[in-house]
Amino acid sequence: MELTRREQQMLNGELGEAVQQSMEILVALGKIYGAKSMIPISSSQVAGVSYKTIGDAGLEYLKDIAKKGARVGVPTFLNPAGMDRRQWRQLRIPAKFAKKQLEILRAYSKMGIMASCTCTPYLAGIRPKRGEHVAWSESSAVAFANSVLGARTNREGGPSALAAAICGVTPNYGLHLDENRVAGFVVRVEAELKTAADFGALGYAIGEMAKGRNVAFAGIKSASEDQLKSLGAAIAATGSTALFYVKGITPEYVEGEAAEEVAFTQRELEETKEKMGVPEQPQLVAIGCPHASIEEIREVAQLVKGKRLACDLWVCTARKNKERADRLGYTAAIEKAGGKIVADTCMVVCPIEDMGYRATATNSGKSAKYLPSMCGQKVVFGDLKDIIRVKK
Amino acid sequence: MIVKGRAISRGVGRGKVLLSKDAISFLGGVDAKTGVVIEKGHCLEGKCIAGRVLVFPRGKGSTVGSYVMLQLAKNRKAPAAIINLEAEPIVAVGAIISKIPLVDKLGRDHYALLKDGMEVKVDGKKGEIEIFGK
Repeated sequence: MELTRREQQMLNGELGEAVQQSMEILVALGKIYGAKSMIPISSSQVAGVSYKTIGDAGLEYLKDIAKKGARVGVPTFLNPAGMDRRQWRQLRIPAKFAKKQLEILRAYSKMGIMASCTCTPYLAGIRPKRGEHVAWSESSAVAFANSVLGARTNREGGPSALAAAICGVTPNYGLHLDENRVAGFVVRVEAELKTAADFGALGYAIGEMAKGRNVAFAGIKSASEDQLKSLGAAIAATGSTALFYVKGITPEYVEGEAAEEVAFTQRELEETKEKMGVPEQPQLVAIGCPHASIEEIREVAQLVKGKRLACDLWVCTARKNKERADRLGYTAAIEKAGGKIVADTCMVVCPIEDMGYRATATNSGKSAKYLPSMCGQKVVFGDLKDIIRVKK
Repeated sequence: MIVKGRAISRGVGRGKVLLSKDAISFLGGVDAKTGVVIEKGHCLEGKCIAGRVLVFPRGKGSTVGSYVMLQLAKNRKAPAAIINLEAEPIVAVGAIISKIPLVDKLGRDHYALLKDGMEVKVDGKKGEIEIFGK
């Protein structure tokens, strides 16, 4: 790999041990993936935040590297944590868990990382432009950045995103290069997609089939940013796709010459939605995977305003959007009905299985994939208006 | 005898070879307190990797495995060095943060070259291994 003088200094340890170790990680990854050089990044988004996912092993590492003086060199955002930092007691998070979670957040803060605790940094203060190189790690944020914003990032791991944040560069391979941004799997969408759940179901079905290839969707007439967020999250959850195009909607669209082509019909949409859940009585309805936008919060608030919910309701979002919802009166409407707006975390990385929940309803394709394996939940899947149940 | 490979994680480690034909997941696959392989049905199940030159094709499983390697090192139960057929990010990152020398791509059949119990030195900076008594 060809390194600049400064990168070489970092590798030699001239800028301290934490920088050296970070550059060693980047060089090793560059070798493994055949990168010829590093490329500067404008921001980083670091996964590996919930105590539930990284455990004591991860906590020890973060404390170590923070103590060695690691500081990030570019704006860096955190993925969701395992709990809401402010209302963890009201949410019945076990105290032992909370203590460890706060230690993790302190270690990240010490390194200069913003405790944004969200999988939607693009709704909470950072929107890379088309062609901009970044090092993001949460799979739905990666899909959104590459696809909806036209930025360039590989699916980083937690440690590699952190290393990139510290050094300000990332190995130049994969989706940073034009030649790897061609769709090898084309989906002719014949189904009529109306809701976030429909887009989630499309992603859920196609993620598996695409086997990691970039995907191009043709035939989608219109899609809101929230619907594209839902699509990308699901496609990245059931497969490892990190870039998709929607003809006429995303800023870029590149079909490969020898791309495999399939159709997605109305019947497949209905069958997929059916298969994604089971008929159960949920104890929890969880909205906001990926984290809800202010428009999605408003939609929930309008649905429940003046009513009583039949079971618990969480609307997960970034703290910044919760604060907006507070000001706009959405939080009050949702709380009055018996629900909560939960910030910093989500139903997947929070230990809901230890909090008495056994069945959870969602309109998210990504959650439908992860709730059974990561939280031992039975999943009820459907459109927002169908899963939010109010008392008669 | 010296065999050239590719340098992935620097440092020098020496020990007796422990050969695995199976990939290794450090999260859930190895006990961080004892260094014993606990994955059911793994060819090394019940064996301790501490202080050995651990030879395996590649890593697998959760990315948290990198952190488990650091725990092993802190508990002094880490392998002395690692030789992979082809390194992947989880084990590469884990080796770097845990200061375990790692070399891969020896360019010949690892399993014909290396046998259990052989004394081997791994130099993760030069990217080579030295086999003693051969």
